[in-house]
Amino acid sequence: MSLFTDIGGEPAVNAAVDIFYRKVLKDDRINRFFSGVDMEKQAAKQKAFLTMAFGGPHNYTGEDMRRGHAHLVAQGLNDTHFDAVMEHIGATLTELKVPANLIAQAAAIAESTRKDVLGK
Amino acid sequence: MAKVIYGGQSYECGEHSVLDCLTAQGVVVPSSCRSGICQTCLMRAVKGEVPERAQEGLKPTLAAQNYFLACSCFPQSDIEVVLPEAGLNRLAASVASVEYLNADILGIRLHPSRPLEYKAGQFINLFKDKATARSYSLASLPALDEPLFLNVRKVPGGLVSNWLFENLKAGDELEISEATGDCFYVPGNAGQNILLIATGTGLAPLYGIVRDALMNGHQGRLSLYHGSYDIGGFYLVDELKELVRLHDNFSYVPCVSEGAAPKGYVQGMVLDAALNDYPDLSGWRVFLCGNPNMVHAAKKQTFFAGASMREIFADPF
Repeated sequence: MSLFTDIGGEPAVNAAVDIFYRKVLKDDRINRFFSGVDMEKQAAKQKAFLTMAFGGPHNYTGEDMRRGHAHLVAQGLNDTHFDAVMEHIGATLTELKVPANLIAQAAAIAESTRKDVLGK
Repeated sequence: MAKVIYGGQSYECGEHSVLDCLTAQGVVVPSSCRSGICQTCLMRAVKGEVPERAQEGLKPTLAAQNYFLACSCFPQSDIEVVLPEAGLNRLAASVASVEYLNADILGIRLHPSRPLEYKAGQFINLFKDKATARSYSLASLPALDEPLFLNVRKVPGGLVSNWLFENLKAGDELEISEATGDCFYVPGNAGQNILLIATGTGLAPLYGIVRDALMNGHQGRLSLYHGSYDIGGFYLVDELKELVRLHDNFSYVPCVSEGAAPKGYVQGMVLDAALNDYPDLSGWRVFLCGNPNMVHAAKKQTFFAGASMREIFADPF
């Protein structure tokens, strides 16, 4: 839990969700995966994901990640798209002036979901 | 010891959270993080006190309706709770008046058979018969003790709207539901600027919200944009102009999307007009009501313009 506290806890997640989600929706490499999705529900999922990446509480399992993204994998979701999301996580935290060593830790947590998200 | 009442059963809560208390008894409450963050275990209290901590991080409109997070709710006294999708109670109402607000929109005023708790901008369901209902937003203010005020557009082939247009008269009795919806004004942050965009009868909730904000002494800008294909689609114009006269912080911009716009109107799409006037919405509160295409586009565009997702309240219909 210390990473979560160091990053700034829930207020940090709340600040990050808007910035992160704006970047994702504006990115033509990946925004087609989000078209037709209810923005508010999606923002809630982004929040849960960022909470986990920030070292916060969660009970995601790899299986949830697989199931939740299977329809997107069928639409062609691959490593390049995952990379784009990783880029936005890093840029969001940089924008929030989170120190580099903490960004690296958060990125490592997010990276650990790659295989499950991509159904590998 | 505090009890949790759910589905007609009463459970001893002890030192546990509402979530743990109910799930231990076999009640299915969706949950995920169990730490008050993911908001999956959202419930609503219908009786009793919700501890402040159980509402941390919730959208203010949800908190105002006594929604809370079951995982971080440790009740100090008895509390009766329901899941968010629990059905709304029905009640009788009598028709106080019916009038044409323009050629296609009917203004209906109703007296509910018992006091109805609601916020301007929420909606009720109005029943044609036991099984056929449509949702209509409330343009009235509970604090003024006005009759419920609904704006009904005549929908081609619409079962309920056509029935209302053809049959409804003062004195009639009909059935409505209690109010719900999270598109309404929450007092506080009185200096915040507020953008309101409507098409068609999306004006009804926003007319209620604007008056609610003004009555609560809101100091920030209140900028209302109403879109219609042509001049004939506008209504409540005199009322809105009167509000402009009375309140320096309120503005009303009617936008005509097709054909020429006479003096006092803006030519163009209502969303474009609003974003043209206010390209930076950082820190703004935003209300969007009406045509689903407009509302969905506006959600995205106002979010891109800097409004926080938590500050955007939308009602597509």
